[in-house]
Amino acid sequence: MGDTQRPAKKTAKSRPKPASTNEPQFVQLLSPEGGRVKHPDYDIDLSDDEYRGLYRDLVITRELDAQGTALQRQGQLGLWPSLLGQEAAQVGSGRALKPQDTVFPAYRELGVQWCRGIDLISAFALFRGTDLGGRDTAADRFNMYAIVIASQTLHAAGYAMGVAMDGALGEDGEAVVVYHGDGATSEGDFNEALIWAGVFNSPLVFFCQNNQYAISETNARQFRLPPHRRAEGFGVPGIFVDGNDVLATYAVTRDALDRARRGEGPSLIEAYTYRMQPHTTSDDATRYRDEAELDFWRAKDPIVRYRKWLAAEGLADEAYFAQIDTEAGEQVRALRARVMALTDPEVSEMFDNVYAEMPPGIAAQRAEAVDFQASLEEGSDLR
Amino acid sequence: MTTMSMIKGLNEGLRRVLEDQPKSLVMGEDVGRLGGVFRVTDGLQKDFGADRIIDTPLAESGIIGTAIGLAMRGYRPICEIQFDGFVYPAFDQLVSQLAKIPNRSAGRIRLPVVVRIPYGGGIGAIEHHSESPEAYFAHTAGLKVVTCSNPADAYWMIQQAAAGDDPVIFFEPKRRYHSKGEVDTEQAGLDLYRARTVREGRTATLIAYGPTVDVAENAAAAAVEEGLDLEVIDLRSLSPIDWEPLFASVRKTGRAVVVHEAPGNVGIGAEVAARLTEECFYSLEAPVLRVTGYDVPYPASRLEDDYLPNLDRVLDAVDRSLEH
Repeated sequence: MGDTQRPAKKTAKSRPKPASTNEPQFVQLLSPEGGRVKHPDYDIDLSDDEYRGLYRDLVITRELDAQGTALQRQGQLGLWPSLLGQEAAQVGSGRALKPQDTVFPAYRELGVQWCRGIDLISAFALFRGTDLGGRDTAADRFNMYAIVIASQTLHAAGYAMGVAMDGALGEDGEAVVVYHGDGATSEGDFNEALIWAGVFNSPLVFFCQNNQYAISETNARQFRLPPHRRAEGFGVPGIFVDGNDVLATYAVTRDALDRARRGEGPSLIEAYTYRMQPHTTSDDATRYRDEAELDFWRAKDPIVRYRKWLAAEGLADEAYFAQIDTEAGEQVRALRARVMALTDPEVSEMFDNVYAEMPPGIAAQRAEAVDFQASLEEGSDLR
Repeated sequence: MTTMSMIKGLNEGLRRVLEDQPKSLVMGEDVGRLGGVFRVTDGLQKDFGADRIIDTPLAESGIIGTAIGLAMRGYRPICEIQFDGFVYPAFDQLVSQLAKIPNRSAGRIRLPVVVRIPYGGGIGAIEHHSESPEAYFAHTAGLKVVTCSNPADAYWMIQQAAAGDDPVIFFEPKRRYHSKGEVDTEQAGLDLYRARTVREGRTATLIAYGPTVDVAENAAAAAVEEGLDLEVIDLRSLSPIDWEPLFASVRKTGRAVVVHEAPGNVGIGAEVAARLTEECFYSLEAPVLRVTGYDVPYPASRLEDDYLPNLDRVLDAVDRSLEH
């Protein structure tokens, strides 16, 4: 039976920890019950307005994201990748960024985009199929969504190299953050990006939202050692944080970004969170996970705990929460109207930006397609 | 006029790019201290510094992916992929990222990245060092694909590729690296995306590029003894292809033979044959023929002379064309 080939039985201690409901040892400043937790290395000290602002960001992000799901269900979007459950990871890290910092998102970073103050319509246009998600990324300092998993980690690594080469480091220097998921950590590009950032000592923060699912596959199929521990192998600090704690994600991200901007090199933050919705609206998560697991994570909801803490601290009251709900509703209505008003592009547009300098062959195809389209419309007028 | 090898032409061309464009960079495996395995970047790091001539980690996807990020930051990277057969780990970054990001951004992001790839066989190399992967990239909208066949083109085309704002895959025929030729370093060469008629003739048109231009020229020279007057066209740009000189030539000769090292199946020659048929149907006296590598993996080097298009196979195709 070839039993001699079998590896020696592992002790319980050396066996890799299963991705289970065990409470991991991460940086946490706010418990799921809303109690403030002291941490020896990380603290946070924001103004009252800033604390309230985080709540506003969390609620509005959740509502706008829910609208994405609703619009898809109503046939207005082709697809929507919900971030439900990941609001604290995105808002905490997003608000920790300084204006000069640059973001390379994956495709679920609506909350970060909100925090950057960038018009969210681009995300909805992308998923409606009216364009390919192009924006003025240089001005926004927020790149286009990256659909190919981990592809953006290398773009961020190259961009961060450029920041260092430009001499743009220092106390008020620039830092770069790249968002990715747990699935991305299996891709070659992610590992190459860590090599690059490490050997060139680039001002890059890898922000891994470990939402525990790569579509249907759990962490157990992505790694034997969690990403924050793998970081050490790249010579990069790895930080493990409660991704459902907006204060903790803010604190660790601010710290990592500041080290990066000072020229102290890259970091990897693993924000432990949970994807409450299916992978996208096309996915059926009931095939691979059960209600009990969802209940477990509902109890760790990032907004509920933060709201409890704000109320207990006297930083906000019911009137404030109601006001935010009203504002979120207004934001949703305004965005919804704009999404519905997005019109289909012209046929000619698919040809226009393939190259900086359009080759004659594409120019000819463009003219042909436009003429053909016009001939069909002419024909339909006659009927 | 200066006589130089193709390697020297590329080296001098890169040198001028680096002098003229402060944002240009050279990056790749062994391009710095070593000067590249073929010495194309020899001496550049000494003169331009390790910040501009960057020895990268050994990771091809990383080279292209980080070049994209550097271009987003305003740099103009010129990447080297060490050998043709090593480009595939970078395939996603080339065809889904480099090629498509400018289009996805609706033209707001430009990625002026040049990717140099030594390609082709005939040097007795071990496997994965003799391939001709140009069709993959010519098939991808958003990339431009060019190849030089002589030192003068090497010198000018690398500069032209680096001057534009589109990504360019720049194929260098490694078996021609040590060939020498006259280079006029004052008078700018033919436009990057133009085909060149390297020999005029009336009997049939040989269409070649990169390493097979030399093969076609030799075939044309040998055919004179048989009383054949062959025209030879160097495509130079594989995407876009400069069609008008091809159409004009075939309308004159009525016969065309396409010659390339890459396998014929779904290759550049197939596209050339299709377009010539569409545009020159009534001028053609014979089907457009192809002399290419066979539809097999590149063979062990002791067989490569049988795999690669050579003078005899080209002339045999010309004979077959004339039989029609």
